[in-house]
Amino acid sequence: MAKILHKEKLAENVFLMRLEAPLIAEERQAGQFIMLQTDEDLGERIPLTIADADIEEGSITIIFQVVGKSTKELALFKEGDDIPVLVGPLGKPTHLDNFGTVVCVGGGIGVAPLHPIAQAMKKAGNKVITIIGARTKDLLILEDEMREIADEFIVCTDDGSYGRKALVTEPLKELCERDPKPNLAVAIGPPVMMKFCAKTTEPYEVETLVSLNTVMVDGTGMCGGCRVSIDGEPKFVCVDGPEFDGHKVDFENMVSRMSSYHEFEKQKDHECNLDKEFEAKLEETK
Amino acid sequence: MSHENPEVIAEKAREWLAEYIVKKDELKPKDRMKIPSQEMPAQDPIERGKNLDEVALGFTMEQARLEAMRCLQCKKSTCVDDCPVAIDVPGFVKHIADGEFQAAADVIKQTSLLPSICGRVCPQETQCQEHCKVGLAMKDVDKGVAIGRLERFVADWERATGNIKVPPVKPETGKKVAVVGSGPAGLVVAADVRREGHTVTVFEAFHKLGGVMRYGIPEFRLPNEIIDQEIDTLNKMGVEIKTNFVVGRTRKLTDLINKDGFDAVFVGTGAGLPYFMGIEGENLVGVFSANEYLTRANLMKAYDKKESNTPIFESKNVAVLGGGNVAMDAARMALRLGAENVYVVYRRTEKEMPARNEEIEHAKEEGIQFHFLRNPKRILGTEDGRVRGMEVLKYELGEPDSSGRRRPVAIEGSEFEMEVDTVLVSIGNGSNPLISQTTPEMEVNKWGNIVVDDTQKSNIDKIYAGGDIVLGAATVILAMGEGRRAAAAINKQLADELAEEAKSN
Repeated sequence: MAKILHKEKLAENVFLMRLEAPLIAEERQAGQFIMLQTDEDLGERIPLTIADADIEEGSITIIFQVVGKSTKELALFKEGDDIPVLVGPLGKPTHLDNFGTVVCVGGGIGVAPLHPIAQAMKKAGNKVITIIGARTKDLLILEDEMREIADEFIVCTDDGSYGRKALVTEPLKELCERDPKPNLAVAIGPPVMMKFCAKTTEPYEVETLVSLNTVMVDGTGMCGGCRVSIDGEPKFVCVDGPEFDGHKVDFENMVSRMSSYHEFEKQKDHECNLDKEFEAKLEETK
Repeated sequence: MSHENPEVIAEKAREWLAEYIVKKDELKPKDRMKIPSQEMPAQDPIERGKNLDEVALGFTMEQARLEAMRCLQCKKSTCVDDCPVAIDVPGFVKHIADGEFQAAADVIKQTSLLPSICGRVCPQETQCQEHCKVGLAMKDVDKGVAIGRLERFVADWERATGNIKVPPVKPETGKKVAVVGSGPAGLVVAADVRREGHTVTVFEAFHKLGGVMRYGIPEFRLPNEIIDQEIDTLNKMGVEIKTNFVVGRTRKLTDLINKDGFDAVFVGTGAGLPYFMGIEGENLVGVFSANEYLTRANLMKAYDKKESNTPIFESKNVAVLGGGNVAMDAARMALRLGAENVYVVYRRTEKEMPARNEEIEHAKEEGIQFHFLRNPKRILGTEDGRVRGMEVLKYELGEPDSSGRRRPVAIEGSEFEMEVDTVLVSIGNGSNPLISQTTPEMEVNKWGNIVVDDTQKSNIDKIYAGGDIVLGAATVILAMGEGRRAAAAINKQLADELAEEAKSN
């Protein structure tokens, strides 16, 4: 069980929660994730990256987007409520080093998992150039936090409502063309964004890490549901990842596998009727 | 073997018992051999394919007493030698024959904490029952005394009294032991160590206890209620339990000793990542490891499609690859989840199948279709990446391989297509990588299994291991046997330390 110490809405359907989890706060490292359930018996296990931690308070921060029934249920928890199941930190931590210049690229909700990595890269002595992007201004999250860490900071929106009107791959390409080029890129966001970031950096031979968020059940190396094809080899996101060399990931297969349960999810979402009542119920949790 | 009506079985047993009970003290071995061996009553095969209730219903009291009377009470009891936890088989069986069920339960519990589980899932036919004289005389291991079914009967009987005896716990010693993983090995260690008066904390990664008994073995073979019951006994003994705690990640293994003051740690983290075939199409949507499929259905309750938030794949035609107990469980679960056709595809013949006979028979009765000497060459997909079928090769048996089983050899040009939408891969597991990843000083073999000495101690002082993390994928009872041995070594280590401390005071 983990008490919700703080909850806020960051953007449309995007929420931040600070959870009481002293052991996880102490052990977690950049790049790791937790799993939680909204119900001990019937809840689904949701993997979420740890966006931040506070050892003194004994808390971790998670940021999530409402995409289906389980995340809707999560969004309806109030400050002071207990999350019945919380386990972590899971996954391999980000490999940290002083690489030189690191470009951190975050798309949409992907900025949340990118935050601790950018922090840690900075702390490891790197020059951190950050690009964050979203479809539109209202969907941008953690702008101030990311700006604070960055040596150079670029914001883009797809529709030009804020910052530069561009996809994140545009400034990424420009950075790759600089001399010297960046030593490492870390791209986290929707699969298609990560795929195109990896495609952008590949011709410039800039090593590019991506953080994958595949379907998972246990998250501890038992079920194999999270397997992805890395350079033709099956790898398991929960114990071999979540970070992989973006140039080696078979994104098409990953995206297709992530759709395994779309029918079920649509139906669940429809059945639970949360859509209609969600906004009203959400009001009540304030 | 075919399904027989439980009421008929019960009625026959009543009649026979009446006949034998009057002369029970005068029975000679040859009379005992004549007592009909008792069939396990089971749910109707068609009905049970639509529910998750337990398939085997358990012996009636009359059946249990009759079956127990078949025991010859051998002086040299091979059944005890063949039991990984050395249960006094003739002892408890005699009590059943005499109708002294509580006494029978007490005998079993001297050595086994989990009789209602072992009685259900142990492979008795290759252990205690294998060399039973009665079975040997009849040249049929299944006609040996049904020791497991009797064990189950006694355990269920005691549970039904609502008054399960909690094993006595010695006075507190002040020593602390951590048990990592709450599967069969861990639970045995917890009980055995707690009995000596040491404080025990069990750490479990999942939100529920029982390990593979919970996430792997389905409700229809081992009801959750029974696991809960066994764990309740541990609670009553004062064992502390921490769920949602991944040792290695939430806390480093060695920190349990160096920072948290545990005097010994037992690692029973179980089997790990499932093996896949390494064939084309294995990453298509609709290909799952049996582990994943069963975990969704069992632990995450996805069989309750209405209430559970965890999805499970909707299937019409399912191919299960493999021939072990897990394959049988996956196949039978798929049927219960609504699949129209479930095929078990196995590259050897029925004789070589590692699954228990009972499970194979039950699966057949339920309509699972077996395809022996067949193995997929590749899995075929639709344009949008979903399984549409398998290209399968026919095999024949060649020379025996290192396992002594005849090696299956592919027949060239024998490819044919099978129409399936789901493939469940059940060809075994590697080791769980979490402990070795996070404890680099731990010695593991090339498969990632923890290396232990003959007391189950690892290369790290005060850290012991057992069960599948040591053995690779094995059985519940073998894990328990390892747990028992580890507990003995831990108890000895702590007793020595206590003696040492007493001396220096």
